[in-house]
Amino acid sequence: MARKLLLEHINVPGINTFDVYRQKGGYRAVEKALKMTPDEVVEEVKKSGLRGRGGAGFPTGMKWSFLAKPEGVPRYLVCNADESEPGTFKDRYLMTYIPHALIEGMIVSSFALGAKTSYIYVRGEMMPQIRILERAIAEAKNAGFLGKNILGSGYDLELYVQPGGGAYICGEETALLESLEGKRGNPRIKPPFPAIAGLYGCPTVVNNVESIAATVPIINDGGDEYAKIGIGRSTGTKLISASGNLVKPGVYEIELGLPVEEFIYSDEYCGGIANGKRLKATVAGGSSVPVLPANLTLKLANGDPRLMSYESLSEGGFATGTMMGSGGFIAFDEDQCMVRNTWNFARFYHHESCGQCSPCREGTGWMEKVLHRLEYGHGKMSDIDLLVDVSKKIEGNTICPLGDAAAWPVASAIRHFRDEFEWHVKEPVKCLDANYGLANYANPIAKAEVTTEN
Amino acid sequence: MLRVEEQQPVDFSPALLAKFDEIVKRYPEGKQKSALLPILHEVQAEQGWLSTSAMNRVADYLDIQDIEVYEVASFYTMYFLKPQGKYMLEVCRTGPCCLVGAEKLMNHIEQKLGVKEGEVTPDGLFSWRGVECLAACGYGPVLQIGPEYTFYENLNEQKVDDLIEDLRKK
Repeated sequence: MARKLLLEHINVPGINTFDVYRQKGGYRAVEKALKMTPDEVVEEVKKSGLRGRGGAGFPTGMKWSFLAKPEGVPRYLVCNADESEPGTFKDRYLMTYIPHALIEGMIVSSFALGAKTSYIYVRGEMMPQIRILERAIAEAKNAGFLGKNILGSGYDLELYVQPGGGAYICGEETALLESLEGKRGNPRIKPPFPAIAGLYGCPTVVNNVESIAATVPIINDGGDEYAKIGIGRSTGTKLISASGNLVKPGVYEIELGLPVEEFIYSDEYCGGIANGKRLKATVAGGSSVPVLPANLTLKLANGDPRLMSYESLSEGGFATGTMMGSGGFIAFDEDQCMVRNTWNFARFYHHESCGQCSPCREGTGWMEKVLHRLEYGHGKMSDIDLLVDVSKKIEGNTICPLGDAAAWPVASAIRHFRDEFEWHVKEPVKCLDANYGLANYANPIAKAEVTTEN
Repeated sequence: MLRVEEQQPVDFSPALLAKFDEIVKRYPEGKQKSALLPILHEVQAEQGWLSTSAMNRVADYLDIQDIEVYEVASFYTMYFLKPQGKYMLEVCRTGPCCLVGAEKLMNHIEQKLGVKEGEVTPDGLFSWRGVECLAACGYGPVLQIGPEYTFYENLNEQKVDDLIEDLRKK
């Protein structure tokens, strides 16, 4: 069995309550951190090599060290619990079953950053999780871990839960801050970055739920110990949300560096493809990252096994690789239609575009329309290149990464599954009720066509 | 769409107003606008939707312009700008749920309730709509029902039928 840091006690009855969590060693990290200086806490997180678990993979300790500390200005820590990336549901899981892991992490992280007021911004649809967190905060406060003069250290912290209103864009950190200020979730132009001017114009750090929870084992065991887990610059453990056509979808904590093949097929994790079908494709890190056919999912272009790590998943760039993203692992079986799925994702991004930048607002709409007609047998051969063209004109031309996130799934689906798109044009009637199937997408890697565009 | 001309008198309960007072305490002095999203959720939970009069009262309470409330209420998908059925069934329609049958389930709900997406059943009890990813991809198909956003996972047609019957009996 692999090491578990976040979910070690997940099966202990009552672990969602303060008392049981505390019995299992909970809140030791707060006790330890409050005896250190804030800078020492930051140093441990830096040493751990922890990378942001929300999707970008930026080193958390480094992000913390950018925080401006002008005299007399409050600083804020905001936890990004606006989990909305299709394929990702690990934060919901963590907050539902082991909420005190997040609360403990929030206290440790807020102390490190010198924040006296911190917010957990939870997507509005997670009302049950909001209630769970509010209860956990009340319990922690009762026990003296929140409020004034925590454990006699002289450190004060108030922690609040803020609901969102249902908008994917608020997972982007500056849109989240706008939303927390009671405005529409339109991302801000950067610079200035939140570390300089964030919430209410004050220095702010925004971190994902899992990143914040990971500071607990880092402080308990030390950053060096955490960095021993994993592979290369992908240190520690990662929660992976597995969904789609799998025998056992769900949330799994893996040590980074686990072979993708083992993750999909071993009984410890997903247990293989459901209903005895074969794997056709995967999206490894949430809907925004490039989709890969089965052969490139399991192996790199050179034939080596692909691993679940930031580096290995992105090996080969966008030509033959993908990204770790938020760890939203979606598996498609041989009966799934890549055109239909791409259309579905395009509709999602069109719906969720905030409308601020025209390439994204208009481009996502066009991609949805063109993909819709391809899916329903009204497409033309030129539509395929049109889609690539539109996606290129969105990518890199928007204030926030939603534009890129909308462009990549479309561009990658055409890159790897062009024959299936062409089939939809050539067989406009057949494609309505038949499926292109597995085709050659699972063939041994040597035969896979590797393009080098971009 | 937001229609500003609709005006109906609106009354907030003392309990609701007490919640407002509780919520604004979370933010620094002068930053009470931050309470807007949570307050709108509370109003919708009590009233079922956000009427223009209700939004104007929220604006008064927070000491902001009416338009600042409208622009927020119309941006976020969870706020209803027209009355809905008592139970709004929101089914996830995004990729991973569709891989396990969400589209079939939505067709079934449409047939079962006899109303199209966004419409209200004649008895005023039900509405339904497809919504984007609810972050429960491993347990799909899923649906949620406000105002508590109770979650129903691993659904099939039978489970949805049972759920609708249970709600009818309530």
